[in-house]
Amino acid sequence: MTDPIIKIDTLRFAWPGQAAPLLRIARLEVTKGERVFLRGASGCGKSTLLGLVAGVLEPQSGSIQIIGQSLVAMSSASRDRFRADHYGIVFQQFNLIPYLSVIENVTLPCRFSAGRRRKAMSRSSNLDTEALRLLGHLDMADDAVIDKPVTELSVGQQQRVAAARALIGSPEILIADEPTSSMDAERRAAFIELLFRECDEAGATLLFVSHDQGLQKPFDRTIEFSNLNQTGTDEAPRLQSVT
Amino acid sequence: MSIATLAIKSFRNRKFSVGLAIASIMLSVALLLGVEILREQARTSFTSTISGTDLIVGARSGSVNLLLYSVFRIGNPTNNIDWSSYDEIRRLPGVKWSIPLSMGDTHRGFRVLGTDDNYFRHYQYARERQLSLSNGAWFAQDDETVLGAVVAEKLGYQPGDKIIVAHGAGDESFITHDAKPFRVVGILEPTGTPVDRALHVSLAGFDGMHSDWRGADDDNGHDPLASVLGDAIPVEEDEHHEDAADHGDAHSISAFMLGLDSRAAAIGLQRRINQFDHEPLSAILPGVALLELWEIVGLVENTLFAISLLVITIGLFSMLIILMASINERRREMAILRALGARPGHIFALILGEAIFITLSGIVLGIALIYGVLVFGQGWIASEFGLFIGLELFTPNLVHVILLVALFGCLIGLIPGIRMYRYSLIDGMTVRV
Repeated sequence: MTDPIIKIDTLRFAWPGQAAPLLRIARLEVTKGERVFLRGASGCGKSTLLGLVAGVLEPQSGSIQIIGQSLVAMSSASRDRFRADHYGIVFQQFNLIPYLSVIENVTLPCRFSAGRRRKAMSRSSNLDTEALRLLGHLDMADDAVIDKPVTELSVGQQQRVAAARALIGSPEILIADEPTSSMDAERRAAFIELLFRECDEAGATLLFVSHDQGLQKPFDRTIEFSNLNQTGTDEAPRLQSVT
Repeated sequence: MSIATLAIKSFRNRKFSVGLAIASIMLSVALLLGVEILREQARTSFTSTISGTDLIVGARSGSVNLLLYSVFRIGNPTNNIDWSSYDEIRRLPGVKWSIPLSMGDTHRGFRVLGTDDNYFRHYQYARERQLSLSNGAWFAQDDETVLGAVVAEKLGYQPGDKIIVAHGAGDESFITHDAKPFRVVGILEPTGTPVDRALHVSLAGFDGMHSDWRGADDDNGHDPLASVLGDAIPVEEDEHHEDAADHGDAHSISAFMLGLDSRAAAIGLQRRINQFDHEPLSAILPGVALLELWEIVGLVENTLFAISLLVITIGLFSMLIILMASINERRREMAILRALGARPGHIFALILGEAIFITLSGIVLGIALIYGVLVFGQGWIASEFGLFIGLELFTPNLVHVILLVALFGCLIGLIPGIRMYRYSLIDGMTVRV
């Protein structure tokens, strides 16, 4: 069995000034290439967990190992560099920098990470071509679309540009935080299919977060956030045991 | 794309608000510099109105008053000085030269000054600069006049023109000396002092106007020159008319200036003149009186400076307001950049860099603006206000002011910078809209 690419142990996180922790996770492991669906209601702390996995936030205790490296042991500067090198992230909406073009948005991660720049350049002669190649895979290479200001793209188009940006330079981990919530059902399925295909090609591990149970079907595994997070659940199990 | 290119593209996206912020800094810097330059020039101009004169003597009055009417040609002498007093004092040992001054008449709003050759020879302004003629010659006859540069330019006079002088200091005096025109024989080079705004005539010519006026009034028809000076009595000084016959120039004058062999003797002579037996006189040291006067004018100067400081404060505040407003718009942008691997330091630098850019380009544009105004407005300011504005913008004082503005601009940039830095830590990757 391969080493887990994401490995969380006895993690505890609270916002500054909060007495009760928001997150208490005993154990979470995701193996390389796995496509995981993390389901939970909004506001339950899913985004906070993503922040921890991506190294933007620091836990009070516990360990987070990514590709065998401990995020907790890193300085915040190395975590930022690590994130630039190994993660592709797609948000719910408004993913794009409004004053950059479609191509500039897609190639943006290569400005923050030399490693991803190198990997992108190994596939295409230059970054713009690589961006176009990825956009092509997402049915977005049409000149009429590419030359538009990003603010004039439809939400679905914006999310595909964001996906291309997350995929450029083949990061090991792709995090998608409710990326399809503003799309209709048909678009949703198509988008997830695209994500899968690209992850397969890049050998990336996908951590897909949503509140929408209807999306979980194609994933390798579904994790219920409420089962994962044990905070407040000091009470919850008791309640369960009563019933 | 480096952080800098990101910043530049982000600017372009917010051209209007960034442009407003730059404009507010630009205008306030231009105003501040303008006021500062005017202040310095006004002071230099002011203190360089008279130079090389050791004492100014007039009828007993306050020193500022005497300075105002004798040098700045503002207000009127309280009383005249008898010619014999002047004659006695100018012959005292240690007196190198003397300039008699008679005033009280105007020509179309400009003062007429009765004096003699010594004025042209000894009057100095700025750093011991002497008067010089741009055109013509100094007057030799009693019906000749030499014009200050502004008078000639404003009224469009050329040598050879005949002009008529009115009695009294008002702009539109109703008694005019119609019968006695003066002929323009010379025009002085501009000096940036009240000299530019005066018409210079001989003492006899000056008094002659009054003899003529008197004669016309009496309607006795005798030749004004033949009446000599026994009749040439301006009304305000009848009691001295018997002295007038003692000399051929004038019977009384308004004030006089003295140059001494040794400057050190000025104080002693000042005391002596102040205790003069024949009539009450005041002697002043021009430098001291100028400082006294500048203290009064300085109030205005300080007020101007305070106002321009307020303007710059407002300019910096408008920049802060614009930056703070942009922060909320840009929170999402910053979260995206964080997710892509931007460090909180990058985010901070992005915001602070913007403030620095706005401040510096505002300052540069402000300097350019005021410089342009000065280059194009120099002539107008000189002719309109008699202020000669130099183009040396970067006096140590102004450099300090500019550096202070730059420093405060950058310090103010820290406020949105720190706020965004903290947002970027708290928000993490959560895109807040």
